[in-house]
Formats: sequence, C-alpha cells, structure tokens
Amino acid sequence: MSNENTPSVHIMRSQLGRARGLGAAKSGLHHWWTQRVTAMALLPLSLYFVLSVLMLAGADRAQMAAYIGEPWNTVLFLCLIAALFSHLSLGLQVVVEDYVRNDAKRMMTLLVLKGGIAVLALACAVSVLKLAF
Amino acid sequence: MKDVREALMVGRNTEGKLVRRPLSPHLQVYKPQLSSATSVFHRGTGIALGAGTLLLTAWLVSAAAGDAAFSVVQALLASWIGLLVLVGFTLALFYHFCNGIRHLFWDSGRGFELEAMHRNGRMVIAGAVVLTVVFWFIGFLVW
Repeated sequence: MSNENTPSVHIMRSQLGRARGLGAAKSGLHHWWTQRVTAMALLPLSLYFVLSVLMLAGADRAQMAAYIGEPWNTVLFLCLIAALFSHLSLGLQVVVEDYVRNDAKRMMTLLVLKGGIAVLALACAVSVLKLAF
Repeated sequence: MKDVREALMVGRNTEGKLVRRPLSPHLQVYKPQLSSATSVFHRGTGIALGAGTLLLTAWLVSAAAGDAAFSVVQALLASWIGLLVLVGFTLALFYHFCNGIRHLFWDSGRGFELEAMHRNGRMVIAGAVVLTVVFWFIGFLVW
C-alpha cells in the first residue's frame, strides 16, 4: 500500500468462493435483452417518426396538434417515446459504465443521467397527451 | 490497491514475486479499420441522438405550451444552424438505424465472416448517406 507500484492482494477469499452459492446472475440478461427488444421496436417506430416529421414540415401548431391528436398517431408517438427513452437510458448507462471508473462518480453520473432521461420522457409523453386532448 | 478489480490484474512472475499485469493497449495504438470505425460511429451516433432527444422534447413541449413557444422553436429549427444540426441528427439517426440492423443480425448468430462484415459495413455507411439525402430531398420538396 505504501508504494503505488508494488501490487498486493488483500482479498482472502478466492473469486470462486465469493461467487459460489449465489446462483445464476438472474437479472443479468435483462439489460441486454431489453436493449434488443427496444431496438427492434424502434425499427418501425423510427421510420414512422421520420415520415411524420416529413409530413409535418412547415406545419403550424394547429396542424401538428390535429396530426398527433389522431388516435393511432397518439398511440404510436407514446410507443416511440417509451421505446426511445428506455433504449437511450440503457445505451448511455453502458457508455458511463465503460468510462467512469470511480464508483461514487459513476453512481452520481448514472443517477443524474437516468433521472434526466425519465423527466424528458415524461415531458414528451405529457406534451403528446396535451396536444391530443 | 484502490479497487477490488485490481486483484485480477496481479500475477506472479517466475521468481514468485507479485507483479502488476500489463494492460492491453487502447484505441490509439491500433490502425483504424472499418470494423472498429463502424463500432465507434455506432456509439458516437448513439450519444449524439441522446443529445438530439432534447430537440424532440423542445419540439413537443413547445407545441403543447402554445403558439408563441412553438413559433420560436420552429424558427430556431428552420435557421441555417438549426438545419445544420438537423442534417447531422438525421445522418446520425439513419446510421444508428442501419448499423443497429447489422447488430441485430449479429445477435442472431450470423454474419461474422470478415468478408461479409466488411461488405455490410460499407453498405451501412452508404445506406445512411443515401437515406439522409433522400430525406432532405423529400423534405425540401414538401416544405
């Protein structure tokens, strides 16, 4: 500990001993799988979004409200918002976990990021609903 | 030792002395390749699209807020700098879309041959550029 370049190990238990008895990782696949599911959902939804934006190019607020207010458009926009922001949350989480080494900093970054993304998602969803009703 | 994970980075040499294992070199050591470039672009465009959701939020919230707010956002997006950002946003979106399909294809356990990977990597880049050009062509026609 005195010298930074002298490596030492202070863990008495082996890696195997620490893992044994805990069972499978259980939710280990959840993050990976959710990212794929939202990715697949976003394939048609993002194309729908791109077409919607093209149709709304130069539209005023009343035209946009009328478009988003159509039931299917309301539903698809809400689906898009749900899939997009959960996909974003999972993706940025991996980026942060890759590059932020310090535990405290990593947790703070993730809390701020995920909280911010949740607020953005809610703001979008509430706006779509307000335009529709 | 500052971190538990460093325990895995420690080994013994032939004299039985504890030594720090060498780390593998990072990005700048390697020659840029299509495989690494498409991977880096995927992450980069993902982060850029994350920033782009701020635009989506501004667009929807201002529309819900009222005519005054909406016209401000419309004017900002239609300015030359707004259009420049939107062109970048669509390019990032179409790249992430195309390369995302490539990733899902890999997830199905196929397409790992180097030749196929290089071919569909070039297809992804070309596809993203073509889709962006088509989008803006149609966009200016209907605008």
